[in-house]
Amino acid sequence: MSSRDQGAELKWDIIVRPKSKWYNLDLKGVWQYRDLVALFVKRDFLALYKQTVFGPLWMLLQPLLMTLTFSIIFGRVANISTGDAPRLLFYMVAYIPWTYFSDCLNRTATTFTSGAGIFGKVYFPRMVTPISMIISSFLRFLVQLVLIVGLYFFFVYRGTVVRPNAHLAYFPLLILLLAGYGLAAGLVISALTSKYRDLTFIIPLVLQLLMYGSSVVIGFAQFGPELQKYLRWNPLLWIFEAIRYSLLGSGTGLWSWHALAYATGIMLVLLVAGIFSFSSRERTFIDTV
Amino acid sequence: MSNPVISVEHIWKQYRVGLVGAGTLSSDLKRWMHRIRGKEDPFSKIADTNDRTVKGNSDYVWALQDVSFQVSEGEVLGIMGKNGAGKSTLLKILSRVTAPTKGEIKIRGRIASLLEVGTGFHPDLTGRENVFLNGTILGMKRAEIRAKFDEIVAFSGVERYIDTPVKRYSSGMYVRLAFAVAAHLDPEILVVDEVLAVGDAEFQKKCLGKMKDVSGKGRTILFVSHNLAAVRNICTRAVLIEKGTVRFEGDTNEAIDLYMSDNTGSASFDGMVMWGDAEMPGNKFYKVRSVRLLNEKGEVSSVFLTNKSVSVEVRYEVMSPITGLRVSVTFIDRQGTIAFVSTNQISETEEKQPGQYVSTCRVPANLLNGGGYEVSVRIGKPWAQDLAVALDNILAFDTTLMGNNGSVARSAWPGVVAPALEWITEKTA
Repeated sequence: MSSRDQGAELKWDIIVRPKSKWYNLDLKGVWQYRDLVALFVKRDFLALYKQTVFGPLWMLLQPLLMTLTFSIIFGRVANISTGDAPRLLFYMVAYIPWTYFSDCLNRTATTFTSGAGIFGKVYFPRMVTPISMIISSFLRFLVQLVLIVGLYFFFVYRGTVVRPNAHLAYFPLLILLLAGYGLAAGLVISALTSKYRDLTFIIPLVLQLLMYGSSVVIGFAQFGPELQKYLRWNPLLWIFEAIRYSLLGSGTGLWSWHALAYATGIMLVLLVAGIFSFSSRERTFIDTV
Repeated sequence: MSNPVISVEHIWKQYRVGLVGAGTLSSDLKRWMHRIRGKEDPFSKIADTNDRTVKGNSDYVWALQDVSFQVSEGEVLGIMGKNGAGKSTLLKILSRVTAPTKGEIKIRGRIASLLEVGTGFHPDLTGRENVFLNGTILGMKRAEIRAKFDEIVAFSGVERYIDTPVKRYSSGMYVRLAFAVAAHLDPEILVVDEVLAVGDAEFQKKCLGKMKDVSGKGRTILFVSHNLAAVRNICTRAVLIEKGTVRFEGDTNEAIDLYMSDNTGSASFDGMVMWGDAEMPGNKFYKVRSVRLLNEKGEVSSVFLTNKSVSVEVRYEVMSPITGLRVSVTFIDRQGTIAFVSTNQISETEEKQPGQYVSTCRVPANLLNGGGYEVSVRIGKPWAQDLAVALDNILAFDTTLMGNNGSVARSAWPGVVAPALEWITEKTA
C-alpha cells in the first residue's frame, strides 16, 4: 500500500483487541472519566437516602445503635474488659473504621454483578466503579468521624480520662491501609464472583467472623494465649489495635511497628492480586456474568 | 475510498451456550492447563457456527467468524441481519463492552455507543440529575452537559418534570429524556442499536431527523435496525450479517433486497419437508413424517397471495397409544416477530391409537400480511415438554398482499398480520 496509508495507520485512537492477558490498569482512562467518578459518588449519596425520614442522619444513627448494642452485650452482659476507656468510645473508634472497610469490600465485591446492566451497554474504564465506591464510602466515614469527635468531647467534658497521643498523626495512614484492604479483597472477590456466584454467600459470614477476630469489639489482650497464637497473623487485627492505641491510649490497644509493616506488606500483595484479577476479567466478564 | 475511521479486521467471537453450571469449572481448568502448557484452547476446535435453528453439538458457538469491513468518515452504515445473526455481538465489541476472541478493531476519533437509551438512569434521581449521570456515562464531560442542558431538556419535551424523580415518569417521557441526552452526544462516531424502536411515531421521526442532521455534519454513524424503512432512509451503505459472517457489504438497497429475499435462513422454500423412515424426528411414542404448505387447491407451494388460504399440513405416526397429543404451528414474520401461534386444541384426555395421522392448519384468506413468513411446527403433550418434537423455522413462504378487489398492494402494511375485518360505514345524517 502507499505511504499515505502507513501514515494513517499510526493515527488510530483506539485499538480493540482480544482481552489482554495480564494487567491493564487504565489509570489514564480513569482520570479522563473523573467526572463520572464524581457523579457516581454523588449518585450514591443522593439515591441512598431518598424516601427516608431521617435521611443522612442514618449515617450517624446506624453506628451509634450498633455500638450501643455492643456495649450492652459485650460490656454489660459478657463483661469483657475494654481497658480504661469508656465502653461506647472503645467500640465506636474501631467499629466506624470497620464499617468503612467492610463497606469498601462489600461494594467493590459486587462491582461486576450489580453493574452488569450498565457495563453491558456502555464502555468506560471499569475501575471507575470501585474507585467511586471507595470515595463515597470514605465521605460517609468522614461524616461518621464527627460522631467519634463528639463522643470524645462528651467524655472529656464528663471528666473521663481519654489519652490520645502522638500516634494520632498516623490515623489517616491506618485508614488508608483499611481502604486498601477493602478495595483489594473486593477486587479479588468481584473477579471471582463474576463467574461463580458461590462466594457471595460466604462473604457476609466471613466478614462477621473477621470482625470478631480483628479486635473490633474484643481487644487482642482479652483472648487467651492459645487463640492469640493464631489471631496474631490476622493483619487487620493490628490495624484496629493501632487505631485504638492512637485514639484512646495505651491501655486499650497495641502499637507494633512490625505488625503494621506486616499488614502493609500483605495489603500491597493483595492489592496487586486484586488489580490483576480485576483487569483480567473486566473485558469479557459481561459474557459470563 | 476516503479515510477509514473504523477498520474491523478478522473479528471472531466465541460464546458458550447453555447453562453456566456443571462442568464449567472443570472445562475452565482444562483450558487453563492447556494454556499453561502452551497448547491451543481445546474448546475452540469443536465450536459450531452461529445458527440458532440447528441444535449444535458443541457447548461453544462462534457468534462472529472472520468479520471484516471498513467504515469511512461521514458514512452512515446500516448493519442488518436477522435475530441472532451476530449484529449485537458485533456492536458490543465495537463499543468495547466485550472483547473479541480473535482479531482487532481500529477506531479513529471519539466513539460513543447507544446500545440502549437511559443507561444508568437511577429511578430515584430527578430528571436533571439523571441527565448529568447518563451524559457522563456516555462519555460527556460535566461542563459539556451543563452547556447543552437547556437544549437537551427542550428536545425531550419534559421541561415541567425535570426536577421529578424519573420513576414517576411515564415510559414515553423516560425514553424521550434518555434519547435527548444521547442525541446531544457529540462524538465523531456514533454506534446506534435499535433504540429507535421505542417511543411514539412523532418522537421516532424526530430521532431519525436528528440522526440525519448528525450525519450531515460529517459524523460517522453505525446503525443497527430492523426498521428497514429507516435503514433505507438514512444509511449510505449497509453490511448484511448472516450466521456470524459478512454476507454482503455495499449499496443499501441491494442489501435490503438481499435481506428480504434471504431472511429465511435455514428454512426451506421448497414448500415441503419429508423424512425417510430412519430420519423421522420424534421419540418412541410418535414421529413426524412430513410438513407441507398447501394452497387452496391442495398443491404444495411456497408462494401465496394473501386473498387465498394457506394450509400447513403435518403428517405423523403414532407408535403407542398416547393421550392429548397436540400439534401447533407458529408463524414468524420477516422481522423475526412471532405473528401468531395456533394449536389443534386436542383435549388432554383424548387418546390416539397407533397409526398414521394428518393434522392440517388452514390459515384463512385475508389474514396474512404481505412479505412472507416462516413456520415452526411442534408436536407434543402440553405437560411433557421433554417429549415434544420442535421443528423450528422448518418452512418459509412468500406472500403478496392483495387488495379486496384482487389488486396487488404496493407494499406490505405495518404489523405482523393484515386481516380483512368487518367494516360498516353508514350515512348517519
